[in-house]
Amino acid sequence: MAKAIDSVTFSIIAYTAIIGGIVWLAYSGAQAMGYNWQWYRIPQYFYTFTDDGFQWGEISVGLVKTLTLSSIAFALAVVMGLIVALLRLSGLVVCTAVSVAFLELIRNIPLLVLLYLFYYVLGPIFGFDRYWASILCLSVFHSVLISAIFPAGINAVAKGQWEAATSIGMSKGQAYRYIILPQSIRFMLPPMTGEVVHMVKSSAIVSVIAVAELTTIGRNIISETYMSFEVWFTIAAVYMVVTLILSVGVSFVEKRYAVDT
Amino acid sequence: MSDSAPIITFDHVDKFYGDFHALKDISIRVREGERMVVCGPSGSGKSTLIRCINGLEFHNSGVLTVDGVEVYEDSKHIYRLRQEVGMVFQQFNLFPHLTVLENLTIGPIKVRKVSPSEAERTARKYLERVRIPEQADKYPSALSGGQQQRVAIARSLCMESRIMLFDEPTSALDPEMINEVLDVMVELADTGMTMVVVTHEMGFARKVADTMVFMDAGEIVETAPPDVFFTNPASARCRAFLDQILDH
Repeated sequence: MAKAIDSVTFSIIAYTAIIGGIVWLAYSGAQAMGYNWQWYRIPQYFYTFTDDGFQWGEISVGLVKTLTLSSIAFALAVVMGLIVALLRLSGLVVCTAVSVAFLELIRNIPLLVLLYLFYYVLGPIFGFDRYWASILCLSVFHSVLISAIFPAGINAVAKGQWEAATSIGMSKGQAYRYIILPQSIRFMLPPMTGEVVHMVKSSAIVSVIAVAELTTIGRNIISETYMSFEVWFTIAAVYMVVTLILSVGVSFVEKRYAVDT
Repeated sequence: MSDSAPIITFDHVDKFYGDFHALKDISIRVREGERMVVCGPSGSGKSTLIRCINGLEFHNSGVLTVDGVEVYEDSKHIYRLRQEVGMVFQQFNLFPHLTVLENLTIGPIKVRKVSPSEAERTARKYLERVRIPEQADKYPSALSGGQQQRVAIARSLCMESRIMLFDEPTSALDPEMINEVLDVMVELADTGMTMVVVTHEMGFARKVADTMVFMDAGEIVETAPPDVFFTNPASARCRAFLDQILDH
C-alpha cells in the first residue's frame, strides 16, 4: 500500500513538473515575442457577478455542453459496443459477418471524415441536426473501441470460475450473470475510463461543424478578442481538469470494488 | 457395501485432446457410498477421469453413467446431474466477489431454487461442519488457503450432492494447512458420502479408501483395496510410483 501511495505522489510531482515546464517555455517564448497577456479578461468567461446577479460564462456553458454531448454519446457507444460484441461472439455466421463488417468499416474511416459523413450525408437523409450528427458519429466511432473491452473483460476472469459455476449446476447464462460478469466489471473499468476520457477529448472535433461545445466556444472567444494564447491555455486546462477528475474518481471506485483472487 | 449398486460406471471410455490420448479404455465402477482414491504421476489422466464424471470434460467414446444417467455433451440432464455431483478443485475456485456465506448459498438459491433463508440455514450448518462458522461474512481473499478449501467443500455440500469429487484438494496448500482439510474429508467419508478423490496424500488414502486406483499414461493400471495396494501392488509401475512418494 505504501508503495502505491509513493507512486501516486511521484506521478503527481512528475505531472506537475512537466506541465510547469511546458507553461514556462510557452510563457517565456510569448514574452520574447512581446505578447500582450490579458489573463484578467478570462474569468468572465467562466462566470460573472454583476448587478444582474450571478451568471455562468460561455466557457462554463460550453463545458456543460461538452459533458452532456460526451455522456449521451458514451451511453450510446456502450450499448452499441455491447451489441457489436455479442453479435461477434454469437457464433452465428451472419451476425459475426455483420459485426466484423461494421468494425472494419468504422475502424478504417478517420473520425473527421466520419463526422462529415454523418453531418453532410446522413444528417440530411435521416433528418438529424448537427448536435445529433455529432452524438451519433462519436458513439459509432467509440462503439468499435468499446466492443473490444467486453470480451477482454470476460476472458480475464479465471477459467476456474466457469468450472466452479458449472459444477454447482449453473447454466451458461446463470454463470455469466451471477459469477462471470460481476467479476469482469473490475477488468473492464480501467479501459472503460480510458474510453470516457478519450470520448471527452475526441468530442472537441465536433467544433468543425460548429456545435457549441467547449472548443467551439474557445474559437468564438478568440475571434472576438484575439487572446488566442490565454484562451487555448484555458480550454486545454479545462479539458485536463475534467479528464483528471474522471480518472481519479474511477480509480477510487476501482479500489472499492477491488477483490483479490 | 460390496453389494450396493454402482453409482458411477465407466464402460470402455476413451478421451482425446486432439491427438493426445488422455483416457484409454477406462472401465471402472464406483458403488454408492464407496470411497475411491485415484493416484498416479502427473499427466496420467486422473484429473480428466474425475472431470468427466460431472461433465466438465466430455469423453469421446464408450459409455459413462452417473446416478443412472448417461453423461454426454448435449445431454438435457447434464445440469441436473451436476447438482448431484459436487466438485472440489485444487485452486479452490471460490467466487471472490461474494462473501463466504454467499458462495455457499448462490448455488442452492439460483440453481436449486431453495428459499434464501433455508439456504442460509443450510450454509451455516455446513460451515459449522467444516469448522469455520465465524468466517461467514468475510470475503474469500481474507481466508487462509486451508480455510478457503474448507469453504469450497462446504459449498459443494450445500448443493446436497450425493457424490463428491476431489481434484487434488490439498496440492495447493501450505503443509501446515493440509491436515485441517483432510480432517474435514475424513469426517465426510464417515458420513457415508460417495467420494472419488485424486490425491497423493497416502495417509488419508489408507485411512478412508475402500478402493485404490493407480493410473499411468491414461490407463488404469491397478485397482485394489488399500491393504493389498500398499503392501503388495501387482504391477511394477505402481510399485515404482509408491516407492517414490512413500520413500520420505
